[in-house]
Amino acid sequence: MADLRVLVGVKRVIDFAVKIRVKPDKSGVVTDGVKHSMNPFCEIAVEEAVRLKEKKLAKEVIAVSCGPLQCQETIRTALAMGADRGIHVEVSEAEAQRLGPLQVSRLLSALAQKEKVGLVLLGKQAIDDDCNQTGQMTAAMLDWPQGTFASKLALEGDKLTVEREIDGGLETIRLKLPAVVTTDLRLNEPRYATLPNIMVSWARARPKPF
Amino acid sequence: MKSSLVMARLLRVLGGWRSYCSKRQQERVSDDFVETLKAVVGEPNVSIAAAVREQHGHDESMHRCSPPDAVVWPQNVEQVSQLAALCYDHSIPIIPFGTGTGMEGGVNAIQGGICFNLTRMDRVLELNADDFSVTVEPGVTHKALNSYLRDSGLWFPVDPGADASLCGMAATGASGTNAVRYGTMLENVINLEVVLANGKILYTSGQGRRFRKSSAGYNLTGLFVGSEGTLGLITTATLRLHGIPEATVAAVCPFPSIQAAVDSTVQILQSGVQVARIEFLDDVMMDACNKYSGLTNAVAPTLFLEFHGSNQGLREQLQRAEEITQQNGSSHFTWSKELEERKQLWAARHNAWYATLALRPGCKGYSTDVCVPISRLPEIIVETKEDLKASGLTGPLVGHVGDGNFHCILVFNTEDADEHRRVMEFGKRLGRKALAMNGTCTGEHGIGLGKRQLLKEEIGPEAMETMRQIKAVLDPKNLMNPGKVL
Repeated sequence: MADLRVLVGVKRVIDFAVKIRVKPDKSGVVTDGVKHSMNPFCEIAVEEAVRLKEKKLAKEVIAVSCGPLQCQETIRTALAMGADRGIHVEVSEAEAQRLGPLQVSRLLSALAQKEKVGLVLLGKQAIDDDCNQTGQMTAAMLDWPQGTFASKLALEGDKLTVEREIDGGLETIRLKLPAVVTTDLRLNEPRYATLPNIMVSWARARPKPF
Repeated sequence: MKSSLVMARLLRVLGGWRSYCSKRQQERVSDDFVETLKAVVGEPNVSIAAAVREQHGHDESMHRCSPPDAVVWPQNVEQVSQLAALCYDHSIPIIPFGTGTGMEGGVNAIQGGICFNLTRMDRVLELNADDFSVTVEPGVTHKALNSYLRDSGLWFPVDPGADASLCGMAATGASGTNAVRYGTMLENVINLEVVLANGKILYTSGQGRRFRKSSAGYNLTGLFVGSEGTLGLITTATLRLHGIPEATVAAVCPFPSIQAAVDSTVQILQSGVQVARIEFLDDVMMDACNKYSGLTNAVAPTLFLEFHGSNQGLREQLQRAEEITQQNGSSHFTWSKELEERKQLWAARHNAWYATLALRPGCKGYSTDVCVPISRLPEIIVETKEDLKASGLTGPLVGHVGDGNFHCILVFNTEDADEHRRVMEFGKRLGRKALAMNGTCTGEHGIGLGKRQLLKEEIGPEAMETMRQIKAVLDPKNLMNPGKVL
């Protein structure tokens, strides 16, 4: 059984099916009462991490989310999908507006070192800001190798083979752990959180101060 | 002079050929009336454009397009009520319209009238996860609802082939591949908000009520489910949700004969295995699907099964099912748990309609929909295949055998009058065969335009008269989708 710990970033975003409306004062988009869910690329990251655990290639999957209190719903979904632990970095509503890839990557790199993880799995981008920066910045701050836009992942010992979707087609690279990987659409099809698992995760996820 | 006469005749011929749909009936819907419609919903939400009306004059069936006189898009139930009242005062037919994915010509405006496209009302109004219920507007389709529900651990299992409007599914009493375990719309609709022909708003189970069962009064909800827009416009549906299963396994199993496949179905059901999906494809269909999707499945009568449950429970279900299929002579039993592999296994079944049409490009498809007691299924399928051969028709079979329901998808050239006639007669014969076996002429598609005669034969004169009386009470002017069902 491997010793690998995997840190997965999950972001709470406005659901992809919602019709976005701009606020009347043009200061942003309407978020009150609007359906939010886990960023689809983060779902793919959680799925991949859980599959690594099921294949006994990883020991523990830790889901982390940065933002206001509602982020805990997103962490619970990750737990229901099979993550072992969740970390909520609480940020007030007002400050959350100014939370961008630079700040999040600082948080993630600090957590990665604190939790002694060997792999950081993130979605390639969030569907609200489409930044596509957090994974790359996190790797730079940790000085770890990165495999972005992953459409296939194979782990053998401490060598990670990543097939990436790039402009010219597909590129296969080999990384040595610890590493940062960002997930692309065709990596996997995320499982639905089942009702029994959601109930169990609600019972498990009693927040403890960090 | 002569050339302009020729031009006039040419234009009439061309005009007639171009819009083979019936013309707008000027006398029934005046420009003034269109203006009053615009006053209710706003100018962008009313259209008399020919292309828009043609689009709303047909569904996925091969019934001839009959466009309405105008199309309106109400934004809320108050507007639907006002528009209906207007139509009632002027005695103009009302045609409810959802996604236009029906199979029996239910939206064809054969007497003209106003088509109410309800899909701009597309909110999920209220999700009560702990009570396993949700209330939706007509613009919400079943795929959109399941996407909305994905992090709640709940799902809505009724899944007809198309991504249909849930209120439309309630109107046609739709069903799908999961019906054998989870039921059809009839079992999964708790409450409906309906606008009647005169504009009055009715709540079939009482406003805002959502319970798991009730004994209160007459079952109005059940009356409107399957009424195909002939009794009122459904503007909200409260639906029963189910928990997403802990684990799912899909399996594919070819057989040496149809009898063996159907016998296995009956035995699996009798063994107590709560199979979630059990679908049958005959050899012609398997061949079509292989060609269309580039698959290499065995070209033989095949069962596609799916099991839902806990990991432990699934092992037992699989074991029992595999034993039964082996006893009936199946050559192998391929199964899979991973989502991507399951999708691959089911790809053949999901593409059945298009794969069939691809057998004869340029032709249209007509699907039969009979449903018989399960014990009679082998008999009727075997007889159907013989009839197909005798009539010289192309008709692959696909069926929800767990319910005793199967579809013969007839591909034919609509221009060939003889083939068209043979297809229609085959359909009638098959319907009558099902009736003779104590079954029904339509398991899930509805009566619509084409099966009204069969409905009479199926339910008998007393029931027919009762239905007519109910219709007369709820829609005395016969404005709600006239010419359908009765």
